[in-house]
Amino acid sequence: MPASVGWVWLVVLLPLLGFLANGAISFIKPDAKGAVSAIGVGVLAAAFGVSVAVVSGLAGAAHDAPFIVTLWEWMPVGAFHIDLAFQVDQLSAVMLLVITGVGTLIHIFSTGYMSEDPSYPRYFAYLNLFIFFMLILVLGSSFPVMFIGWEGVGLCSYLLIGFWFSEKANADAGKKAFIMNRIGDFGFLIAMFMIFGATGSLSFVEVFEAAPATLALGGTTVTLITLALFLGCTGKSAQIPLYTWLPDAMAGPTPVSALIHAATMVTAGVYLVARSNILFALAPISSTVVAGIGGLTALFAATIAMKQWDIKKVLAYSTVSQLGFMFVGVGVGAYAAGVFHLVTHAFFKALLFLGAGSVIHALHHAYHHTGSHEDAQDMRNMGGLKKFMPWTAGVMWIATLAIAGIPGFSGFFSKDEILAQAFARGHDVPFFYVVWGMGAVAALMTAFYMTRMMIYTFHGPNRTGEKEGSHLHEVSWVMTGPLVILAIGSLFGGFLNLPAVLPGAGWLHHWLEPITEGSAAFVGEVHLAHNTEWILLGLATVIAVVGILGAYRLLKPQNLVPAKDATPETGMQKVLLNKYYVDEIYDAVVVKPLMWLSRAILWKTVDEKAIDGAAVNGSANITRFAGWFGTRFQTGRVGTYVFFFVVGALVLLRTMVR
Amino acid sequence: MLLGPSLIVSAVLFSLGVAGVLLRRNAIIIFMCVELMLNAVNLSFIAFAQQLGPEGHVIVFFVMAVAAAEAAVGLAIIISIYRFKETVNLQNINLLKG
Repeated sequence: MPASVGWVWLVVLLPLLGFLANGAISFIKPDAKGAVSAIGVGVLAAAFGVSVAVVSGLAGAAHDAPFIVTLWEWMPVGAFHIDLAFQVDQLSAVMLLVITGVGTLIHIFSTGYMSEDPSYPRYFAYLNLFIFFMLILVLGSSFPVMFIGWEGVGLCSYLLIGFWFSEKANADAGKKAFIMNRIGDFGFLIAMFMIFGATGSLSFVEVFEAAPATLALGGTTVTLITLALFLGCTGKSAQIPLYTWLPDAMAGPTPVSALIHAATMVTAGVYLVARSNILFALAPISSTVVAGIGGLTALFAATIAMKQWDIKKVLAYSTVSQLGFMFVGVGVGAYAAGVFHLVTHAFFKALLFLGAGSVIHALHHAYHHTGSHEDAQDMRNMGGLKKFMPWTAGVMWIATLAIAGIPGFSGFFSKDEILAQAFARGHDVPFFYVVWGMGAVAALMTAFYMTRMMIYTFHGPNRTGEKEGSHLHEVSWVMTGPLVILAIGSLFGGFLNLPAVLPGAGWLHHWLEPITEGSAAFVGEVHLAHNTEWILLGLATVIAVVGILGAYRLLKPQNLVPAKDATPETGMQKVLLNKYYVDEIYDAVVVKPLMWLSRAILWKTVDEKAIDGAAVNGSANITRFAGWFGTRFQTGRVGTYVFFFVVGALVLLRTMVR
Repeated sequence: MLLGPSLIVSAVLFSLGVAGVLLRRNAIIIFMCVELMLNAVNLSFIAFAQQLGPEGHVIVFFVMAVAAAEAAVGLAIIISIYRFKETVNLQNINLLKG
């Protein structure tokens, strides 16, 4: 093992130390913002530095990977034993760099965005804790260690969504995210039990080595395992049916949305599928389900994003949609393509969220100056911001072109790779043609709604308000700096994995080959004919251009009015604005019956009548009756006692003298 | 002395004592009945001692000593009760009623 790889524990330890230090400061000296920024950003930058060293060490000895760095034995129980160990290989290296790299930028941005928040140290403590758990998630060398991280990021997500918990809506959103994730975690747990039952181990290396021999291709066990794992993914990565928590998660601070709910945590599901690719490759049914759900989610969320007014809600549904694309990738068996989109998406979606963050920050400031209480996130209150915030507008356009899929930008290559793979594998599994179709339509919508968001935010007349206009200005360099770096990533991230028809193609694909080679035997490598690939590339370009130009032609930002003057939507627009009423449907179908069951049956009947009434009060009543019966003999008269005494003596005599 | 008649006398005395304790209400009389029972037992001890050896005599003296102590304590209690309640009728004394 290269020496630098052995230092991987330091990457994990640094954010934990940052969490402890910032957590202590939040109690002792909450206004020490300089120290908090230095610690919070410093540990992340240091972790990124160590990560680069670890990955370069790995790159120098890639053919010996995976490297297992064992810290200590965690659970030795007979034949079952788990080490607290980290696995450094090609896949975790990619995640390591994304998390610490994008994480550092978002930490820097946060020092500007949150600078006036009274709970500044608490914010950075949570953020560092999140990075700690996220690193455990991607570095864990076994399912249980990964599960620690999996649960930990869920906890941090909950804490940060409800960061401004004094408003009930925010606290509720946190709870919703946590509960939805718990449903998914149940699947993860079941999958772990079944994996242990089938292979007798839970460490990645052993399970994936044993899987092809012990689990039959397409067998019931492996299908159930992978479906249960995917249930965990739908919770964590916000796929149908458990996606509704992610748009609500926008209640948290915007950098949190960028880090947790766009770039890193929500991609954990994609990582899990890519990590367990051999299991999914052994279960064609599950893979088809993954791809189908992914395609459906991509399409469904894209339609909702078309009609949202809240800038963060647009991005939230866009994230759900893009995660759907990633699941299409890993579902059809193109695991590298899914991870590739994960990486590029981390760049451009973090950029979009941070850009939206600076817009909200600027608007919030302006409204704060004039004492207005308008919604700083509603796009109807924006418009024409490009002349106030040229840097933000510029970098967000780069991200928009990337996510829309304009050739040359990162999103074009990654999205095209996924769609091309889905199309190519449609030859064997015709259903993948349907998935490809859903993905293509979703890509068109993506280009449309992203352009819509940009037009309404940065172009046309300004609708913020006459008094507020003079207070709008570009945010400070600590916020624009990270945006520019992310913009560079969004521009050039695509060169990690160019399409097969271009020179220097498939670098990331080759890098990840050691991870996916086990599954290649079952899902195979699919190569498109060159002219087919050119046609698909051309089609992807046409889709992106049509989406963007369509939005330009159809949308009239000059006709928009500020949110407070707007007329309510009607018809289909209203349905889309209200997200197909899915929340209301869930409320009626799941939440209300569950509440009724809990209240009427479990509380009023089982708890109050059976447990409180029969068991608790019942036993008390029996004791009280027995006591009352006993007191009847205590007359207080000596005669009674003597009588019983004599009777007792006679009975004893009768039994003893025979 | 014959063992049988002695035991019969002892049993009769004892039963008289028990009956007195059960039926009478005056504390002094109940107290005397208890003494009667003790002495009935003493009589049977003496009767057995004739047959079986001197241990019975020892027990009799022991019982007498205990009875004397008991008389002292018991009479003191009765006097206290009388001072408190102006009566020694046990029907009227039921402070320990449950």
